[in-house]
Amino acid sequence: MEDQIAVKIDDLTVAYDYKPVLWDIDLAIPEGVLMAIVGPNGAGKSTLIKAILDILKPIAGSVEIYGKPYKKNRALVAYVPQKGSVDWDFPTTALDVVMMGTYGSLGWIKRPGQKEKKAALEALEKVGMLSFKSRQISQLSGGQQQRIFLARALVQNASIYFMDEPFQGVDATTEKAIINILKELRKAGKTVVVVHHDLQTVPEYFDWVTFLNVKKIATGPVKDIFNDDNLTKTYGINYKVAITQ
Amino acid sequence: MELKEYFEFLISDYTLRTISIGTAVLGAICGMLGSFAVLRKQSLLGDAISHAALPGIAIAFLIIESKNSVVFLIGALLSGLLGTFWIRGIVNKTHLKSDTALGLILSTFFGFGMLLLTYIQKIPNANQAGLESYLFGQAATLVESDVWLMSGVTGISFIILLLFWKELKILLFDPDFTKTIGFNTKFLDILITSFIVVAIVLGLQTVGVVLMSAMLLAPAAAARQWTNKLSTMVIVAAIFGALSGVIGTGISASSNNLSTGPIIVIVAAIFVLFSFVFSPGRGLLFREIRFRKNRRDLQLHKTLSFMYHIAKDHANISHPHAIKILNNFQGFTRKTLKQLEDKNYISLDGNMWQMTPTGYEKAATLYDQISKSDE
Repeated sequence: MEDQIAVKIDDLTVAYDYKPVLWDIDLAIPEGVLMAIVGPNGAGKSTLIKAILDILKPIAGSVEIYGKPYKKNRALVAYVPQKGSVDWDFPTTALDVVMMGTYGSLGWIKRPGQKEKKAALEALEKVGMLSFKSRQISQLSGGQQQRIFLARALVQNASIYFMDEPFQGVDATTEKAIINILKELRKAGKTVVVVHHDLQTVPEYFDWVTFLNVKKIATGPVKDIFNDDNLTKTYGINYKVAITQ
Repeated sequence: MELKEYFEFLISDYTLRTISIGTAVLGAICGMLGSFAVLRKQSLLGDAISHAALPGIAIAFLIIESKNSVVFLIGALLSGLLGTFWIRGIVNKTHLKSDTALGLILSTFFGFGMLLLTYIQKIPNANQAGLESYLFGQAATLVESDVWLMSGVTGISFIILLLFWKELKILLFDPDFTKTIGFNTKFLDILITSFIVVAIVLGLQTVGVVLMSAMLLAPAAAARQWTNKLSTMVIVAAIFGALSGVIGTGISASSNNLSTGPIIVIVAAIFVLFSFVFSPGRGLLFREIRFRKNRRDLQLHKTLSFMYHIAKDHANISHPHAIKILNNFQGFTRKTLKQLEDKNYISLDGNMWQMTPTGYEKAATLYDQISKSDE
């Protein structure tokens, strides 16, 4: 199962001004892994995802999704942006936001119909938000907003899921609910890539990990490479975590 | 009645009818497109574009040396667009924030426009009279062909909005996501910005460069207060805009020589004020009422909870207690006791109170988040 490469990144370099945010990244993400991207603030974790998804133009390098450029294979990819990247006072409902996940497959001009609505309701149910479907999104709590974003990605019905800090500012219940859904996705053979901050939970949640700090430090199975050596190399301080598996 | 007379006059008088329809259509398109400007947090862009249009009008006059509103519109459009691109350029290429860039371009273009206007006034050309009416607008100059032009543009932008509704909505809400699912955000961005620019340019003759942005923003800001749905917001904004136009024109026509543009803007501002205060969901008035009601409930619950603590130490929860012992706690008055009795949480008997099973139950689960269902 881990033979097939879902995402292949070669020599990727991204810079905002003069300083590179990502420097010469080579990365191959095997199909079917639940992978954490870890690294300190400013390590370029979000930038890596944005560059993969073609939101940012890299200075150099290439990204392939199942052997093709992102543009050709975007239907295979779903994206959960950081919750704080949008204005939650926007006049719309939870169901409507989840429906946005169907817009990509609909293409230009075509309106979502019953089929799309059904898919959105199913996704809402899966994240436990069905009873909130008509709620104005500003009246949702942070954790509920995050679940709505997750539901929107589920509706995209993709093979690869990119999530930018889905656990940020959510409570323990929501975190558990989200990780269970991610594990289900992996069980269904999907590839899930998550920008993650809580090092303590890496061994429990993920089976694959990439250490990033502008350069790629290491990537591989959590059980092989999630160790103090790589943590120290990434975070620059002598890092000790008790890894109990 | 005066209002009835006015409406009869409106129907019979050709000029007034033309102007009223013109300002209504202008208000509608501005409200419609203004909603997008407001939700994209580009409210000031309209202000910059309208101010930036002034030198375009002046240069257009200098070139053709006569007054021709179509040529003026083209001049305004070009310099408005130039201003917009410079603003974007400044934001993208420098570290200046967009408010600085907007302010910079707005005042520079406006200053240059004023300079040209004073220059034009000094040259011996009889046609120059009335050019300064573009500053604050002059609805009286609207003729039938202007109204047709406005209606045409409104129609086209309405069709475009319907056609690209889903794309524009998602662009407003989450541009990054929009890009990842394969929509050309640059195209959508240019599409909506162009229509905003066109709406502004169309309004310059009526409302003028100085006040135009209010025409764009006020109906949208007012409409946002009444709804949590984008489509409703756009429709309500269009209606508010149109009403501002018609009412403003009416006031201006019935009270001699009050200039129309400022009155339309003031009417639109009254819509905003009214909406901010009286809208049921977001309005200040109802918020205050809800706030007070919640505070009252909270106080009531607090008293109930004190009673609960006293009552639960007794085998019989409905054991009567003296009202006096509540004196040790804050938040009890005859009124709150009465209210609690009305809700059947307690029963009163002279100077004694006792809890009912309902009240006991209520107090025990008060503000229990987990046990309550989410809705």
